[in-house]
Amino acid sequence: MNASMPIRHTQAESDLFDRFEAAKPDLAGSVAVSALREAAVNQIRDRGLPHRRVEEYKYSDLRAFMKSAAQLVSKAEVTNAKDLLAAENLFGDLERHKLVIANGSFVAELSDIEALAAEGVTVTDLNDALAGEHGSQLLASPKTGPCDGVVALNTAFVQGGVVIEVADGAKVSKPVELIHVATSSGAQVTRNKVRVGADGSLRLLETFIGETGEGELNAVFDYDVADKAFLATTRLIVGSNDAARLLTTIATIGAEAEFKSLGFMAGPRFARNQQFINFTGENSEAKIYGVTMAGGSDLADQTLIVDHAVPHCNSREFFKTVLDGNAKGVYQGRINVAQHAQKTDGEMMTQALLLSEDAEMANKPELEIFADDVLCAHGATSGQIDEDLLFYLRARGIPEDEAKTLLVLAFLSEAIEEYGEDDVTEGLEARVRDWLASH
Amino acid sequence: MPAVQETIDQVKAIDVDQYKYGFVTDIESEKGAKGLSEETIRFLSAKKNEPEWMTEWRLDALRRFQQMDEPDWARVSYPKIDFDDLYYWAAPKSVEGPKSLDEVDPELLATYEKLGIPLAEQEILAGVEPKNRVAVDAVFDSVSVVTTFKEELKKAGVIFCSISEALREYPDLVKKYLGSVVPVTDNYYATLNSAVFSDGSFVYIPEGVRCPMELSTYFRINEQNTGQFERTLIIAEKGSYVSYLEGCTAPQRDENQLHAAVVELVALDDAEIKYSTVQNWFPGDKDGKGGIYNFVTKRGDCRGKNSKISWTQVETGSAITWKYPSCILRGENSRGEFYSIAVSNGYQQVDSGTKMIHLGKNSSSRIISKGISAGRSQNTYRGLVSAHKKASNARNFTQCDSLLIGQDCGAHTVPYIESKNASAQFEHEATTSKISDDQMFYCLQRGLSEEEAVALIVNGFVKDVIQQLPMEFAVEAQKLISISLEGSVG
Repeated sequence: MNASMPIRHTQAESDLFDRFEAAKPDLAGSVAVSALREAAVNQIRDRGLPHRRVEEYKYSDLRAFMKSAAQLVSKAEVTNAKDLLAAENLFGDLERHKLVIANGSFVAELSDIEALAAEGVTVTDLNDALAGEHGSQLLASPKTGPCDGVVALNTAFVQGGVVIEVADGAKVSKPVELIHVATSSGAQVTRNKVRVGADGSLRLLETFIGETGEGELNAVFDYDVADKAFLATTRLIVGSNDAARLLTTIATIGAEAEFKSLGFMAGPRFARNQQFINFTGENSEAKIYGVTMAGGSDLADQTLIVDHAVPHCNSREFFKTVLDGNAKGVYQGRINVAQHAQKTDGEMMTQALLLSEDAEMANKPELEIFADDVLCAHGATSGQIDEDLLFYLRARGIPEDEAKTLLVLAFLSEAIEEYGEDDVTEGLEARVRDWLASH
Repeated sequence: MPAVQETIDQVKAIDVDQYKYGFVTDIESEKGAKGLSEETIRFLSAKKNEPEWMTEWRLDALRRFQQMDEPDWARVSYPKIDFDDLYYWAAPKSVEGPKSLDEVDPELLATYEKLGIPLAEQEILAGVEPKNRVAVDAVFDSVSVVTTFKEELKKAGVIFCSISEALREYPDLVKKYLGSVVPVTDNYYATLNSAVFSDGSFVYIPEGVRCPMELSTYFRINEQNTGQFERTLIIAEKGSYVSYLEGCTAPQRDENQLHAAVVELVALDDAEIKYSTVQNWFPGDKDGKGGIYNFVTKRGDCRGKNSKISWTQVETGSAITWKYPSCILRGENSRGEFYSIAVSNGYQQVDSGTKMIHLGKNSSSRIISKGISAGRSQNTYRGLVSAHKKASNARNFTQCDSLLIGQDCGAHTVPYIESKNASAQFEHEATTSKISDDQMFYCLQRGLSEEEAVALIVNGFVKDVIQQLPMEFAVEAQKLISISLEGSVG
């Protein structure tokens, strides 16, 4: 494709340009922020939405999927948000702090700001930060590569979000649940910045509830894990939404730090969870897990790039996918090792289980290595349930359905258990069972 | 103390640009006009007395080529090739169809002898059957100069000749199969090849015949400013078997030379084709100057039930390698195999791998790829394994390992694994590492020099693939690997 050749825009793209013109006066931010937004829209104007000819979107053609683009969702009524929160409690009675983003904007009155402040955590509305002197730095994210279409879409339309700062040395006792609530339909676009100070520790739960109707959900999470800090994020992308769910992680990891994440997907019609993990300090570790379930005609895409730019870091990527119906699963993972990043240890595994004749899986585990003293490996498997295992269980009097459930649960639990955030394990396994019961 | 001759020789031998086959044969040759145009093609086609349909086929390919863009997805970088600055036809002058070896220019024979390729047919001594007889087709620049053991092969019903000869003698067979595996517009370089291919080998194994000896083609680029575009077509009829070897070298020159070949294999029911390559084109000197650009399309079509195609390749040469020998597993129970060793040193860039496309039920495939990068080279494995809807019980096992020697090289793995059938079972594993200090220490402690130790460990690393090579090639390949890696330690 020649970039200088003007492309013919799709309906969705034209809708997006209209949306931008309509929303522009209300979108927050300094002059510099507005310039970034303009640049992002122009990128979409030049290149269109990401499509299958763009290597990173080879299997997830967003341009073909998005037939139209709805307007940005309007502000939520707090009472409506409150009702929804009460109705859809994804982590049951797990003790946690809550932060609420309703229809794309941070809602302080539904969030546990004071309790968090007592633990050394400062929470700010993103829009306040965007209007400030350094606002544009929040949207400039060179680590993703400026070309990613989903991030550009986010930059253009960011409605709001939250900035979470964990003070140096603060170890937050309870997990923090960052909940995105949609009370009415329309596109929801947020950006969230999380910084864990040196020697600090935070466990984050990211959930999305309510229907966005025709509008896409686009959320970017920008994590900054300082030296010796710890951050674990559990992301739940569940529920049957018809519009695209586009989630992006950008993580910057300092020295001797640890970053863990689990992307759990079940249900959306078109979901992409993309992660850009960057090591900037030595002796750090990143463990990235993925659990994907897709049925019907869903498309579930887990994409990640782990960039080992410094020596002596370890990364582990472990992804499990279960597919049913006509669903399509995508895993694209790449480990980059820079020339001076000696002693890197990278280990990537992706496994898929196909439960139906018409399901499809595309695995693309890549290694890109410029240093010689490294240990990197990747593995990929795909297949159906092992008949022998099934027979073994059935021979012991377990009915076929139940035996299958057991085997699928065991298959997916491997990743959940290795992730090792015990207080969420049970809840996640219950979600796997729910999904299996409905498929 | 002045260095003794032995030391000097030894030092010379480990130089990275110590390319054994870098000599030029001073032989009178005839070239066509420079440049890519309809005239060039008409000239080429006329020169070879081709039938009218063939000329049209070529012209059609040229027209399509002119509409295409050069692909840029591979991890290789090189200055743009000026296709109008190339000769598309070069031939040793004296080859107006030699009737026997005696008529071949002695210079040419000497060249092949230098390369270690005996073209003279060995006499069968009374009572002594020579063990490993190989029939050779030697291609020099654009033409095939000689094919040995023709008569004996004919007795078995095997056709082994140059493709130009096949076009004259067996036009129906060629017409039926040419372009049926690699269509004219398959990719940029294949289209170019379709337009300008000069010569290559043609093999036809009739039903039920097991080819009595190994067939081999030896490619040599000699002339300056020429591209070599050969085309190989192998057809194995029902229940037949053939093992085919291919070797390549080129002189050491400062400019880059282009080699864009197309190889098509067709295996019908129960047939088996084993295709082995030792590619040792000039890789460029130690500063990355010169060397062959090797853009090759190789594809096998397992058309029949229980058919099998196996690719084995040892890649040590070329400045740029762009090559993905593939199998289309169309037949039920068909099997595809790919064994590859790609060694890169100096400034070489290798982007190679395979495609296993499972279309038929119970088709199976196996990929073993070993990449070794040293010096400042970049070595990429790029592969596709896919199972289509109807490929029930397809099986694939892939293993690709990379070894890095030195800190200025890179090793990359880009596999695509696409499954559209639940019962297809795919396994893929890849590792990248360097030679471990423990292994080195162990070898050094036993009195091996550092280079010997590396050679030993590397040979162990590539053993799985070497085992798949026919005897003659296995020895050559092992030597080649140690030569290619010389100078990479320390």
